[in-house]
Amino acid sequence: MPVIEVRKLVKRFGLKTILKGLEFSAEPGEFVGLLGPNGAGKTTFLRILSSLSRPTMGMIRVAGFYLPQQAAGVRANLGVLSHQPLLYGDLTGEENLQFYGRMYAVENLDARIGEVLELVDLSKRGRDLVRTYSRGMAQRLAIARAVIHDPSILLLDEPYTGLDQDASSMLDTVLKQIAAQGRTVVMTSHDLARSEDLATRFDVLSRGKIIASARRDEIPKDGLLAFYRRSLEMPDPGKQDAREAAHG
Amino acid sequence: MKPTPIVLKVLNWISLVLLAIATYLTIYWAPQEVTMGNVQRVFYFHVATGWVGMIGFLLAVFSGIMYLRTSDMKWDIIGLAGIEIGLVFSLVNIVTGAIWARPIWNTWWTWDPRLVTAAIMELVYIAYIMLRQGIEEPERRARFGAIYAIVGFVSVPLSFLSIRIWRTIHPVVIGSGDAAAEGTFDMTAGMQTAFFFSLATFTVFGITLLWHRIRLGRLQDTIEKAKMEVMS
Amino acid sequence: MAKKRKPSSQTSFWRALSAVVWKDISAEWRSREMFSAMLIFSLLVAFIFNFSLDLNPKTQREITAGMLWVTFAFAGTLGLNRSMAIEKDRGCLDGLLLAPVDRSAIYFGKVIGNLVFMFSVEAIVLPLFSIFYNVNLFNPGLLLVILLGSVGYVVVGTLIATMTVQTRTRDVLLPILLFPVVLPVIASAVRASTFFLQGQAMDLIWPNINLLIAFDVIYIALAYMVFDYVVEE
Repeated sequence: MPVIEVRKLVKRFGLKTILKGLEFSAEPGEFVGLLGPNGAGKTTFLRILSSLSRPTMGMIRVAGFYLPQQAAGVRANLGVLSHQPLLYGDLTGEENLQFYGRMYAVENLDARIGEVLELVDLSKRGRDLVRTYSRGMAQRLAIARAVIHDPSILLLDEPYTGLDQDASSMLDTVLKQIAAQGRTVVMTSHDLARSEDLATRFDVLSRGKIIASARRDEIPKDGLLAFYRRSLEMPDPGKQDAREAAHG
Repeated sequence: MKPTPIVLKVLNWISLVLLAIATYLTIYWAPQEVTMGNVQRVFYFHVATGWVGMIGFLLAVFSGIMYLRTSDMKWDIIGLAGIEIGLVFSLVNIVTGAIWARPIWNTWWTWDPRLVTAAIMELVYIAYIMLRQGIEEPERRARFGAIYAIVGFVSVPLSFLSIRIWRTIHPVVIGSGDAAAEGTFDMTAGMQTAFFFSLATFTVFGITLLWHRIRLGRLQDTIEKAKMEVMS
Repeated sequence: MAKKRKPSSQTSFWRALSAVVWKDISAEWRSREMFSAMLIFSLLVAFIFNFSLDLNPKTQREITAGMLWVTFAFAGTLGLNRSMAIEKDRGCLDGLLLAPVDRSAIYFGKVIGNLVFMFSVEAIVLPLFSIFYNVNLFNPGLLLVILLGSVGYVVVGTLIATMTVQTRTRDVLLPILLFPVVLPVIASAVRASTFFLQGQAMDLIWPNINLLIAFDVIYIALAYMVFDYVVEE
């Protein structure tokens, strides 16, 4: 029974159609790496899944709730990370977590805050203003924010953007830990190496549709890039013929 | 793009003819008003354009509500057309009001509740246009436009009331008295004819312009769509 | 690991609202940027009025209420802009919308936060104006008018600011959109304030108070109905 199910999803912005009948599904516990070129619609797709944006047409079911009609039910089960940290600079790390914890009606909030700060290794900086955090630290706090209510589904949109090597490694560790707890994760990233490391499945989104999907065991080690390139070349056989003719 | 419908072409002609007749009626045919003289003739067009101006706003509010309920872009085109027509006709209303006021009250402007309310309504129209200009995405532009049209509309009667309460405490000192200012001079049969005819004329004229504006909006839409297709 | 909560439950309206209010006040308390900006601005306006309107004391007393409200109206836009800009920065508005809370809880939370800021600025401007213009502004009637007027202003202002903060022209657009709509509040508030200060009879004042109350009620209801549309993409 898929925990995320998407059928014939269409999203139009005015006259532009970004998503053109997208089909997608994810089983509980899967870690899906969503790949695709810029402008393909990855962020739009994630925004719709996270209930921030309404679909123009299509069926979407997340954790048993239909979007957009039952958006309220979906939200309680979602943890979202985007390239913006969604944190308040004038509050401390702990205060940010206090706020979000209350918005999500988390029980035993103080204890829980301690737990998640521990998880992202920010226990010592919890009392500092978020304004003073480095980008890596802010992103880690953002993860703490995303999981404070123990959601069963995580949506991550380009979480590695702007992070240096150290911060990225740390993010890796945290994500592995969280994913291992049985959550379903959908992550978009330009960083194929990281996706390869973390994901159990790879989907390629191009021009508003999912054009390829492969489980991790179906792709040879270090073969993700090849898979990705191949997938992008597939829907345009005309181009391929022209290339062959040129090399002839 | 469909060619101009026959009804619209006919309306074009009817509007022109009506406007010509209305002009004749108001400038030559209607009897001269006793106290105010010829300047009173402005009154016929003044009220008629004010009436159309308000219809424009009402249409925009209705379209706004319909857009929020259906998310159908056509309501946005209609709403914008309503505001633009309303804006122009209200402006004519205010200016003709000033032209009429000058000889009667010895001033171009007075803080009469109706005049001020008309000015405020005009400001809401302008604010609407400026709001739209600051937004690029068509969907958000339509949504915010609809919301502001509704919010703005509700405030206009409240403004009118608040200024009128104000005014009854401090009576207007200038001019030849309230009766003339409120336009409550007695209308003879001839004047009534001119008045109602002008009202009808401007209503038809307003509808014609509205129709043209909506068609223009649709045409712009079609062009945008075609551009998108060519570019992708 | 924290206990699993019921999957479909929404956080209670009051809990969410108070969380939003607490957040805004805590953050502002820390930096006090909004508060000090509004305060300094109010003082500057008072000074500019004084120098540009060189009036005799009698006339000055007659227009004190007017100057007060003009000051509040302009300082208010600073607060509103800042309050919504905070949500726009770092994408926090998304953070609010992702939470399982009623959208109107977010709206009313912001309204109450903005009201608190406005009241705190008014609380300082009032005694200062009293001193500058030698008028006793601690008139219970006047305080009532300030309460009702501020509520109306903030209710509409928060709604409109949520929209304008998402446009290209941002800060500049707020006064243009806000002032025509909020005019009934300013007009009635100035009338009522002046009458209270002059000790006029209540039956002169009542129509203005009634209008303020009507405006507040109508716009609270309207904002409640319309806010969802402002934030849902």
